[in-house]
Amino acid sequence: MSFFKRLKESVSKTTESVTQKFKDGLSKTSSSLVGAMDSVFSRNRIDEELFEELEDVLIGADVGVQTTMEIVDRLRSEVKQRKVKDPADLQPLLSEILVEMLQGDDRDTAMNLKADGLSIILFVGVNGVGKTTTIGKLAHQYRQEGKRVILAAGDTFRAGAIEQLEVWGERVGVDVIRHQAGSDPAAVIYDGIQAAKARGADILLCDTAGRLHSKVNLMEELKKVYRVIQREVPEAPHETLLVLDSTTGQNALQQAKWFNEATRLSGIVLTKMDGTAKGGIAVAIRRELSIPVKWIGLGEKLDDLQPFDAEQFVHALFVQAIEKEEEA
Amino acid sequence: MAFEGLSERLQSALSKLRGKGKVSESDVKAAMREVRLALLEADVNFKVVKDFVARVSERAVGQEVMKSLTPGQQVIKVVNEELTQLMGGQQSKLDLSSKPSVIMMVGLQGAGKTTTTGKLAHHLKKQNKHPLLVAGDVYRPAAIRQLEVLGDQIGLPVFSLGDQENPVEIAERGVAQAKEEGNDVVLIDTAGRLHVDETMMDELKAIREKVEPDEILLVVDAMTGQDAVNVAESFHQEMALTGVVLTKLDGDTRGGAALSVKSVTDCPVKFAGMGEKVDALEPFHPERMASRILGMGDVLTLIEKA
Ligand SMILES: Nc1nc2c(ncn2[C@@H]2O[C@H](COP(=O)(O)OP(=O)(O)OP(=O)(O)O)[C@@H](O)[C@H]2O)c(=O)[nH]1
Ligand SMILES: Nc1nc2c(ncn2[C@@H]2O[C@H](COP(=O)(O)OP(=O)(O)OP(=O)(O)O)[C@@H](O)[C@H]2O)c(=O)[nH]1
Ligand SMILES: [Mg+2]
Ligand SMILES: [Mg+2]
Repeated sequence: MSFFKRLKESVSKTTESVTQKFKDGLSKTSSSLVGAMDSVFSRNRIDEELFEELEDVLIGADVGVQTTMEIVDRLRSEVKQRKVKDPADLQPLLSEILVEMLQGDDRDTAMNLKADGLSIILFVGVNGVGKTTTIGKLAHQYRQEGKRVILAAGDTFRAGAIEQLEVWGERVGVDVIRHQAGSDPAAVIYDGIQAAKARGADILLCDTAGRLHSKVNLMEELKKVYRVIQREVPEAPHETLLVLDSTTGQNALQQAKWFNEATRLSGIVLTKMDGTAKGGIAVAIRRELSIPVKWIGLGEKLDDLQPFDAEQFVHALFVQAIEKEEEA
Repeated sequence: MAFEGLSERLQSALSKLRGKGKVSESDVKAAMREVRLALLEADVNFKVVKDFVARVSERAVGQEVMKSLTPGQQVIKVVNEELTQLMGGQQSKLDLSSKPSVIMMVGLQGAGKTTTTGKLAHHLKKQNKHPLLVAGDVYRPAAIRQLEVLGDQIGLPVFSLGDQENPVEIAERGVAQAKEEGNDVVLIDTAGRLHVDETMMDELKAIREKVEPDEILLVVDAMTGQDAVNVAESFHQEMALTGVVLTKLDGDTRGGAALSVKSVTDCPVKFAGMGEKVDALEPFHPERMASRILGMGDVLTLIEKA
């Protein structure tokens, strides 16, 4: 069975609507990448020129030079091993490699939440990537699952940040624990934890101010927040999610590295995948740091958040090609 | 990590050219491979890189280099010159000749428009201007509040009609108020939007038609990757940009987006955002950016060594 067929079967196990959501959300990404891919795979034969063109496509998707070289090298050796002759057969091979790379060693991209009692999720990342918005979306999702959710307004620095989270709290119908602008973020998070405990909440979502990973004092401030959470609840934070803007280029690797060092990341949220950026940097991060993508953001509204699924992701990227293969 | 060693690799490639009485085409080719890598890892768009490397190679194997006494040095100089030139050569200023001058900020979500609106107003206030800030983002939660807090911090008025009014109407009435009150500059903040979102792009065009801005500045996150060209191209096509502001340059990104954006829009980068505070805005320097993109702390020292 061709890899595309297998991919399709595996994907159809999840509900139609989820697949549709991925397809719609990623339609921009997909059409631009597939356009470029098409020109590669419709070449006459598999030669060095083809591999070079493919390199360009992957680098153009922000996969990065090193990871791209690795992918193309693997493709080269697969071609040799499996004696592939037709360029059209490369595309499923490439999908397979990409899925494998994105899944890493363990396929588990689920959230590690406690079945009973309080789970704490900390959101970190550089400025403007979508931390606060993702918290709003995730709160909505957990509320719909019937969970008790509380938000902590740990960004006390950026103008209007507290009010922004409060608007999300109102939209979703959950409480927001806040202090005044300019106060100590660790103290807000501490209060959030106490409130969550007192009110018997299932989930506490902690917002933090955007900060560049290269700023030592701001990273120290974040470590302090992390320590407070660790001290107050054993095993917490249950998830520390790095929010990454999918339009980000190679700097995302540095972001992942430094935030991971400061707070031991458990996953990544890839936002703004509804644009034309391809989020290829996620592949590089998975390869270099083994941090899985857990969610993707597909818009600015409440329900524009989807659990990440490598097969869905690659399926959506190649959806035009897959449909073509079926027609044939 | 990806960046480490690049600067060294570049240096070693270039050092092979050092002191050579003669540079062969293959010497240049090897050096250009490293330059290509440096640019790609700095997120310069791959198509832009291709053109750039071709142009530099041509100059490098040309008369001016081959005939010189220090060809290695000449190659590096060519790379640096071409890069600086590509980014506009010298500093480019705002056009503030109209009374009032209308400046409109546009860009993707989270790029730094609202913050830059505050910073730019602060910058102009220090030059004895009297800016009015207009809160044209009615979509993002607390966007108006954010601008009002910034207005407070810098002691400047903010015009708002709340979030139930149409942004076109807000912009128009903001400019009208500036005329009445004698503000000489109007800065219009707009909501972040995707370049592929037609409805939202139409809204920007409607604002432009109503208030005829003197400056339309695209705010671009310096950490943007390969997609920067698509974004810039679309915004330029729809809006006829007059300039670019590159934000978040206080980090460790190489900022190749600057080069990509400049080369597809041909609009000068006018300012660089260097932090979150209102005074963290600087005029943009192409020559410094060139060294940064190449990952060469100081190209000039390199040239001396070569
Ligand atoms: N199109 C799109 N926009 C998004 C998405 N996620 C967030 N945004 C927008 O990105 C902008 C920034 O989002 P925020 O949630 O404020 O980002 P943040 O990381 O909290 O920003 P700071 O707190 O300032 O560092 C807002 O305009 C959001 O509406 C997404 O998945 N798609
Ligand atoms: N470090 C740093 N942060 C910046 C800079 N400019 C803006 N920011 C931060 O980037 C984040 C987003 O800035 P905003 O001004 O809200 O961005 P925006 O484009 O108005 O966002 P939307 O209105 O949601 O589209 C905030 O956390 C700002 O503090 C800069 O030059 N350096
Ligand atoms: Mg935030
Ligand atoms: Mg804004």
